[in-house]
Amino acid sequence: MSRIKNKFQYLRSKNQKALIAYVMTGFPSEKDTLSAVRGLVKGGADIIELGMPFSDPLADGPVIQNAGFQALQKGMNFSKFLALVKKIRKETDIPLVLMTYTNILYSHGYEKFISTVKRAGIDGLILPDMSINESGDFLQAAKKNKMDAIFLISPNTSPDRIRKISNASSGFLYLVSVFGTTGGQQQFQDYTVHAIKNAKKILHGKIPLGVGFGVSNPDQARFIIKSGADAIIVGSAFLRLMESTPSEKIEHKIGQFTASLKKATITE
Amino acid sequence: MKLGYPKNGKFGEFGGRYIPETLVPAVEELEEAYLKYKDDAEFKKELRYYLTQYAGRPTPLYLAENLTKFAGGAKIYLKREDLLHGGAHKINNTLGQGLLAKRMKKKRIIAETGAGQHGVATAMACAALGMNGEVYMGYKDTQRQKLNVFRMNLLGSKVHPVKEGTQTLKDAINEAIRDWITNVKSTYYLLGSAVGPHPYPVMVRDFQSVIGEEILAQMKKLEKKSPDSVVACVGGGSNAIGTFYPLIDEDTKMFGVEAGGEGIKSGHHSATLLGGSKGVLHGMLTYLLQDKEGQISETHSVSAGLDYPGVGPEHSYLKDAKRVKYDAVNDKEAVEAFLLLSKQEGIIPALESAHAIAYAVKIARNMPKSESIVVTLSGRGDKDVEEVGRYLSKNVKNKK
Repeated sequence: MSRIKNKFQYLRSKNQKALIAYVMTGFPSEKDTLSAVRGLVKGGADIIELGMPFSDPLADGPVIQNAGFQALQKGMNFSKFLALVKKIRKETDIPLVLMTYTNILYSHGYEKFISTVKRAGIDGLILPDMSINESGDFLQAAKKNKMDAIFLISPNTSPDRIRKISNASSGFLYLVSVFGTTGGQQQFQDYTVHAIKNAKKILHGKIPLGVGFGVSNPDQARFIIKSGADAIIVGSAFLRLMESTPSEKIEHKIGQFTASLKKATITE
Repeated sequence: MKLGYPKNGKFGEFGGRYIPETLVPAVEELEEAYLKYKDDAEFKKELRYYLTQYAGRPTPLYLAENLTKFAGGAKIYLKREDLLHGGAHKINNTLGQGLLAKRMKKKRIIAETGAGQHGVATAMACAALGMNGEVYMGYKDTQRQKLNVFRMNLLGSKVHPVKEGTQTLKDAINEAIRDWITNVKSTYYLLGSAVGPHPYPVMVRDFQSVIGEEILAQMKKLEKKSPDSVVACVGGGSNAIGTFYPLIDEDTKMFGVEAGGEGIKSGHHSATLLGGSKGVLHGMLTYLLQDKEGQISETHSVSAGLDYPGVGPEHSYLKDAKRVKYDAVNDKEAVEAFLLLSKQEGIIPALESAHAIAYAVKIARNMPKSESIVVTLSGRGDKDVEEVGRYLSKNVKNKK
């Protein structure tokens, strides 16, 4: 069974929901990414998403865009990414999900890319611009390498399409909570709650539902979980915190913030 | 070889729809509307009306006698898209999509622009059709194409300078897509080139095909045959695909001219089909300028409108099918052609179109006088006089 599936099963037995945390590799530096990951693990994150920067991240808001841009400027690349994943894998067995854009995989070749990152310790892949209509070769390579393919749905995705996408997905299904790009939202509107409830009804417990884009504090996390999500996904808020924290304090600060979010996933 | 309306939006392996899920309902809605109206008599009549009465179609096919003499070979005809309202072929597409958006009851129009020509054409269509336009433009492009920024503002559209990434056309597209994701219900994304997710490449091709259709009819009248060769510049490739598509089944040689910048070997260019490799960007699978890890490269061209690391997927298909020969003309040759056409014919071409002119002069030399070449003069060059001035003064300085 995959690390991700295992994790969700474990959390269910403990009556907990999952906290999925995103960091951009190489931002502000590779060393800081490692410190942040340590903080995430200590603070109780359940799954870690590692962003691999792409030059044209069209689904991302300003915070992740900027983080990716800076990481690339500082020379983040595929071999450094692999080295970082291997380092992380030596320290922890936490499920690791790689989030990047289709072209990064396409340019290496789906099969070659997926088998390489799998060997390094990646358990799942999220590609915001990979539509299921184009996913034939990608899915074949993912299946062959026992890599979880985590697809996204949106509040305007039709029930029929949610079914199709969830059938193609493994690990969990990623609901984009808002109309917009990644990054902080002030307040969720009714349509987000409706989208969560609707997706849960359609999924019928077949695959966990993670909700992200704009979840940035414990209150929002609680709200999203109360609406029915199996996992909350937090990204930009971690990057903002890393940006404003000196390197030596990143592990501690990220740990504290993670713990405050994790609390929200424990239902009494 | 004509692909018509491609199933699943695929031109061979190219094209498709690589987009965030939020946009899927939007492109499906767009495709449905396009299929409903593209052959609708009422829609076609209204588009025809605007193209003739508002934009000034048909455009002349002008025999450039002085340029022909200068080259000393085949006759060179110019398809005068520069004479259209707004000064470029872009209006063919913005009127078509604008009328479609209106039927889809979308009031807010967003667009991207490189040189500003598509932005201006969008602003015009929005004003004429009573819609609100907002245009994303790379900050670097707003600086080198100030006149067009001013024109867009005059025409009532809002210009958003984009300071992300390379601050050129590709970043303007990224930002327009982000806006579209955020305002997907209310907003129509009026893409300016034959790029992006299906159905944009086919829809833009269809709206621009009026260029090639007119060329064919005009040449049959003037020369009693289809042209021996056609030449068009290729950035995203909308004027080129509009020129080529209606002629694909004719006995016509076709040449697409990319921006060679400072030379392909220098790495500073925008010649995607010549120097690129396959990849996924802006919703499509196509040739791209990228590094070996899939990061999109910074491009360069003296003409902002060709400064794009991707290309329309149908061009990728036509390249691999060897139906069109793609080649490049560098900055220096383009600027020379800009000056040449101005002096020889009294026509100031857009720097984009100047690439096609330079190439046509080159191939005309090696063709018999009995043959004829049609060059699509996609736009006029008033917008470029400052840029050419800067280029010339910089190069004179470098020589000293």
